[in-house]
Amino acid sequence: MDRRLIIEHIPRLRRYARALVGDRYVADDLVQDTLERAWNKFYLWRPGSDLRAWLFTIMHNVFVNQARRRRYEIEQAMEEVPAVSVRATQSEQLELQDVDRVLRSLSPEQREVVLLVAVEQLTYEEVSGALDIPIGTVMSRLSRARERMRQLLGAQGVMPLKVVK
Amino acid sequence: MKPLVEAELHTYIDGALSEGARAEIEAWLASHPEDAERLRAYAEQNALLRSLYNPVLDEPVPAALLAVRPHAGLRYAAAAAIFALGIGLGWIVRGMFNTPQMPPVSLARLAATAHVVYSPEVRHPVEVPAGEEEHLVNWLSKRLGTTLKAPKLAPLGYELVGGRLLSGPQGPVAQFMYQDTRGQRLTLYVSRQRGEPRDTAFRFSQEDRVSVFYWVDGNFGYALSGEIRKEQLLQVAEVVYKQLNP
Repeated sequence: MDRRLIIEHIPRLRRYARALVGDRYVADDLVQDTLERAWNKFYLWRPGSDLRAWLFTIMHNVFVNQARRRRYEIEQAMEEVPAVSVRATQSEQLELQDVDRVLRSLSPEQREVVLLVAVEQLTYEEVSGALDIPIGTVMSRLSRARERMRQLLGAQGVMPLKVVK
Repeated sequence: MKPLVEAELHTYIDGALSEGARAEIEAWLASHPEDAERLRAYAEQNALLRSLYNPVLDEPVPAALLAVRPHAGLRYAAAAAIFALGIGLGWIVRGMFNTPQMPPVSLARLAATAHVVYSPEVRHPVEVPAGEEEHLVNWLSKRLGTTLKAPKLAPLGYELVGGRLLSGPQGPVAQFMYQDTRGQRLTLYVSRQRGEPRDTAFRFSQEDRVSVFYWVDGNFGYALSGEIRKEQLLQVAEVVYKQLNP
């Protein structure tokens, strides 16, 4: 078993976890639980299949189980806005904070789909596999989440539409 | 032009389209400005979310995460061997759920937050002062539904200031406060933990300026917080632990 295989995915697991739960410490806790479970189930991973997608599946299961225990709802009261790139200008920073706040207002199911597609750039098929939901469900969650974010951001009037770089 | 379904529009911003499909969608968008505007907003969401969270990739990975290893190596090996022999999956599933649970990091955070809120108080650091220690301990014990003890830390230079009742995610929380002759304060945070009773090792967490040692003992979580060096705090934490587990 090669530790490096899993270790090289840690930064991306951390990125996804941070975006999913918001709080840095809770997110790293989620990553830690995911890694422990991954190690203990590593013999179930089929060499040659996509390890990253497999790790996202494990993280999803850990997240769902923990959310079920209402753990993250407590944590969300203590949420911080994640650190943003130092290059961000003040207005960009405001936009980023708005986007983050709106992201938190989505249901966990919608947030997972949006983040796996937008940030992790998984294909719809990979998302369907990782979350174990039909592709139609992926698409309807994605569509609803994006529209909700658009409405919330538009309604606040703080995010002028601009050309995407 | 055949009407496009919603999913096809999303495909346009999420990539992986053939040239033909791309041209078809672009033709649709040219004559449907509302859809075009919508997609532009969605694409911008993608860009904003990436600039928000991509910096996480450049952060150093915490040592605790690099240190995660398959634990219970023997159990794993045994489970794998049994699996290889084809005796059955049930045993492996059992093994998987035996992994020891970590105390949640949030215990450390909650304790550090309470420390930061109350330890700078000059006039009202506690609700019940050390002069009424017996009343304090009985009252907090009653509220937490267990028999508490206020550890004696005078040999280490820390006298009990008193304590207070706080509210936490699992209900009532007890906080004991100590201070040394220079006014340096430590707080001990005691809260009921959810789930099955369990024991954990000492864990350390640096919450900004506050150092926290925390552990779970049975149904209760304990966290000792202070703005002192880790090594000094560990000495106190060990004494606290020994007094609570004579």
